[in-house]
Amino acid sequence: MKQHNPLEHFELHPLIELKLLGIDISVNKAVIMMWIVCILIPCIFVLAVRGRRMIPTRLQSLTEISIEFLRNMVIDNMGEKGLKFFPFIVTLFFFILFCNLIGIVPGSYTVTSQIIVTAFFAITVFIISQIVGFAIHGVRYLKIFVPSGVPKFIIPIIVPIEIVSMLARPLSLSVRLFANMTAGHTILIVLFTLALGLKYIGFLPFFFTVALTGLEIFIAFIQAYIFTILTCVYIGEAIEMH
Amino acid sequence: MDSTAAALIGMGLAAVGFAGSGVGIGYIFGKMIESVARQPEAEAKVGKYMWIGFALVEAIALYGLVIAFIIMGMKGGEG
Repeated sequence: MKQHNPLEHFELHPLIELKLLGIDISVNKAVIMMWIVCILIPCIFVLAVRGRRMIPTRLQSLTEISIEFLRNMVIDNMGEKGLKFFPFIVTLFFFILFCNLIGIVPGSYTVTSQIIVTAFFAITVFIISQIVGFAIHGVRYLKIFVPSGVPKFIIPIIVPIEIVSMLARPLSLSVRLFANMTAGHTILIVLFTLALGLKYIGFLPFFFTVALTGLEIFIAFIQAYIFTILTCVYIGEAIEMH
Repeated sequence: MDSTAAALIGMGLAAVGFAGSGVGIGYIFGKMIESVARQPEAEAKVGKYMWIGFALVEAIALYGLVIAFIIMGMKGGEG
């Protein structure tokens, strides 16, 4: 069997070449998928609330359940002050969810399987939490690196550890999302190659790929939820400082 | 040793680290089943923490996978 590199499917080739001041902003498959997601999310929400009634239609009920779920998550983790961040959290959750899910459609590209996309989300969340911390608490925000109840002589050891663990947060957020999406699709690619390669019993790996695609959809939801709830926890920690 | 051979062995060794994640996920779900068996009303609250814990444990396995990909991408890695 000829060896293919399964990671070849994640390569991006530009469709329309564009350059802005020497930076390559050409349109490729990931960009088109992001445009599709940006059009799809407002369409779904507008369709859900069009002709809204007291007894909701199914789509309206679905969006109401998800918005209420996110609202409870924001209030639990960030308190009442956190409702200022509610639009940001909802946008983050639905954008990540749809970017994860759109890769399941055959022939499309999973936007969040590029580490630059997930790193951008994670760095945005990190910068927002730091700015919120300094804006609300001023310079006293730096006390967050000294946990309460620590004896004075251990503080010079604890503070660098806390700084490193705070810097590890955007790294872990981005790598978790990127690696989950890439690993899931790589397994599917390898199994499909196996199903095509076997002569008579190729349907057996194929059934397994059906089950794995179901798992992929589930992992897409879980990863979007995890990213959002960790964002709520990090920003809530900056707001309340404990 | 050939650098390609060393890279391939390194990728295989990175995959051994997934064993810890397997133990961790099994432990989380085992505890969840046990706690639901003891008190079925607690399922909703404990279930929420179970999914968060599962995602964080699985992330560790995927950090190992990322290291395998990094080794694969280095010079002489792909064989």
